[in-house]
Amino acid sequence: MNPLLTPASLDELVEAVRSTPRVLVVGARTKPRLSAVPDVALLSMTGLRGIIEYDPTEFTFTALAGTPVREIAAALGEKGQYLPFDPMLGEAGATLGGTVAAGLNGPGRFRYGGVRDFILGVRFVDGSGRLLRLGGKVVKNAAGFDLPKFFTGSLGRFGVLAEITFKVFPRPASTLTLRLPAEDAAGVTRILTAAASTRWELDALDASLDESAVCTRLAGPVPAIDALAGEILARWPGRKLSPEEAQTTWSEAAEFSWAHPGGVLVKVALTPAQLPALSALGRNLAGARLRATNGGNAAFLSLPTPLDAARLGEGLRALGIAALTLRGDAPLWPAGRDKPAIASAVKAALDPQNRFPSLDD
Amino acid sequence: MSLSPILTRLAALLPAGRLLTGPAQLASYESDGLTAFQERPLAVAVPETADEVVALVRFCHAERLPFVARGSGTSLSGGSLPIKEGIVITLNRLNRILRLDPAQRFAVVQPGVINAQVSVAAAPHGLHYAPDPSSQSICTIGGNVAFNSGGAHCLKHGMTSNHVLGIKAVLATGEVVEWGGASREQVGPDWCGLFVGNEGLFGIALEITLQLLPKSECFHTVLAGYRTLEQAGDAVSAIVASGLLPGAIEIMDALALEAASAAVHAEYPPGCEAVLIVELEGPRETVAVERVRLDEIIAASGPVEARPARDAEERLAIWKGRKSAFSAVGRLSPDFIVQDGVVPRRRLGEALRHINAWSREMGVRCANVFHAGDGNLHPLILYDGRVPGALERAEALAGRILKMCVAMGGSITGEHGVGVEKRQYLPDMFSVDEIDCMKRIAAAFDPCSIANPGKMFPVAGALALVQHGLHPLEKAGLISRE
Repeated sequence: MNPLLTPASLDELVEAVRSTPRVLVVGARTKPRLSAVPDVALLSMTGLRGIIEYDPTEFTFTALAGTPVREIAAALGEKGQYLPFDPMLGEAGATLGGTVAAGLNGPGRFRYGGVRDFILGVRFVDGSGRLLRLGGKVVKNAAGFDLPKFFTGSLGRFGVLAEITFKVFPRPASTLTLRLPAEDAAGVTRILTAAASTRWELDALDASLDESAVCTRLAGPVPAIDALAGEILARWPGRKLSPEEAQTTWSEAAEFSWAHPGGVLVKVALTPAQLPALSALGRNLAGARLRATNGGNAAFLSLPTPLDAARLGEGLRALGIAALTLRGDAPLWPAGRDKPAIASAVKAALDPQNRFPSLDD
Repeated sequence: MSLSPILTRLAALLPAGRLLTGPAQLASYESDGLTAFQERPLAVAVPETADEVVALVRFCHAERLPFVARGSGTSLSGGSLPIKEGIVITLNRLNRILRLDPAQRFAVVQPGVINAQVSVAAAPHGLHYAPDPSSQSICTIGGNVAFNSGGAHCLKHGMTSNHVLGIKAVLATGEVVEWGGASREQVGPDWCGLFVGNEGLFGIALEITLQLLPKSECFHTVLAGYRTLEQAGDAVSAIVASGLLPGAIEIMDALALEAASAAVHAEYPPGCEAVLIVELEGPRETVAVERVRLDEIIAASGPVEARPARDAEERLAIWKGRKSAFSAVGRLSPDFIVQDGVVPRRRLGEALRHINAWSREMGVRCANVFHAGDGNLHPLILYDGRVPGALERAEALAGRILKMCVAMGGSITGEHGVGVEKRQYLPDMFSVDEIDCMKRIAAAFDPCSIANPGKMFPVAGALALVQHGLHPLEKAGLISRE
């Protein structure tokens, strides 16, 4: 059992890092594979929570990294704003820091961008135990290297995020969700590709490959999205979901409630053109379930057991698709990963004593 | 004239005639868009292929020869200012769009491709490349990547970094890396995000994968004139509070309007201290609803006059006036420097009052054009380099403005980068430890300090400023700003 440190202040956080030779930061552990590292003290951020600054007129907020994303969504929602990438696993308790470290985007990523596009600044503790602030607190900043972006997806291996500043947007007046069935994976891909290039400015564009159906969301003024929905349904057969059905659909996507409990859950980054091949790969793995998001630029693949994880890895490597295991007993990087010399050099720059595990641990 | 041994070896890496060493050949590379600084490099290398760039960088690494990568030289922060004891690697001939995939909406381009050319190539497919710096008709993607360039549409669409999906680069160590790719998603640390905005300190991008977006179907662009800057600022606050998300919110002050009127014969409402430009974009059904709301807000904000663009031509005319403001100011003054500090949006009015007061107090004229939606100021500080002390006074005003931006919780640069121009202000924004952290990262990419040294980080001893800031080619009578 790994020891667990629970700092309750930034001072305690810095002290915890300095006094621990081998340490990995965790949030609510909703993506447990990311922190399944042997022989390391875990540093829980759940005691460092709360919004520090939020001025709706600035379109920015700053919060401690341990703040649950659902708390942030509620605070923003009161002012008619939101994080447009739809943070994942909010109901499960996911934290803001964990969302950044995992680099995980929800369905809304499609329209305006993901975590990397909305993160503005960070305070973090580097491997030397220094509390540093990089990036900025205003919506636009080009001073210094963009470490906040680099931390997106860095899995806590380069530093401990303490405080994060994000850009937010006004929440659209209303939304409308359509379900568009397709023949097969190729049909799904055709709809995803075509819909992404239209004038409609869709808010989300997901698909279930198991059900061969595209789910898309429109957002904006009611008369406008009603008109656009009519045009979409004239192009492809399908139907409007009721507000309740839509709520269920997007909540299932955000919470992975469609995936196997206790199974393996893998995120893959791909192009829409690779989706049919990925779907074919999934069909060869017993019980696999596959959902595409971000217009087919990302997908989540769920396996009921770890038994097929090695075959999944081989298949992904053959397709040249990068992947990350979020939960379950499978390699962290099922398809492997590139290891340029610069990656080690930057790791050494930020963490000279290897206090944090490497991306391979 | 015989070349030094190192330049002789360097020349051997390229076909004849592609290492420029003559004084006349080097003149046009002595400055970039920040003309107050000039330096003559040892030589200018003109590669035509990515392999040649890699060979040049590996040579520089082996020989510890400093290099500065350069596109069209439009940096406003002196980002491509040459180094006396180093070379310039000019990338304009790597100007091919290598791939354009309209179905998956991305383009792979070489670093010397002109920003606007990407959108031109994408246009037949109904797509465009969103970042639109004012210099987009000449600046290159490689330079945009190095300095994370912005533009008028950042509030909604973000900066260059938000549109770069993949980068193949040669690092200052000679290592060639490939990060990201055609997917709009990734797993693992965001190396592309780290590379964009490196100010040339990490290496040279060889191939850049850019996301393309569908062109907005419909625009509603309004130009509104106000008696006072405060009124224009209040209008911005009201628009932001309304829940609308305009593609752009820009303000020009009286002096900038005077310049733009003279340069492109734009006509602005008379007697205005400020003009606000707001643009909505989206599907026609959405714009039809939102424009009613916007027009109401503007009408309630007390403008002297509000003019919605009635057609595409009028919209382009509005933007032409705005984007020509920088060059237009060249007509008002022989020299100027442009700052691009950022303040929290709610403090824009306060910031402008300070700038105007200091401008009067110091006797330095200052025109203001700014991305109001982002709180991104662009004071154009006018001076005549032939007048002793004028540049120093202009620099002093610039310094006060930057320190004010930091004190208000903003940034010393929103989109131009630190370069040489603002490097002495980096410590106002970051602590000693924070700068040390960034220097360690720079050293990881460039252990020999050969890639664009002297940019971003403060150095001991200031560069000698030239007393009159004409571009070297202007001095030679070869070009003018007319």
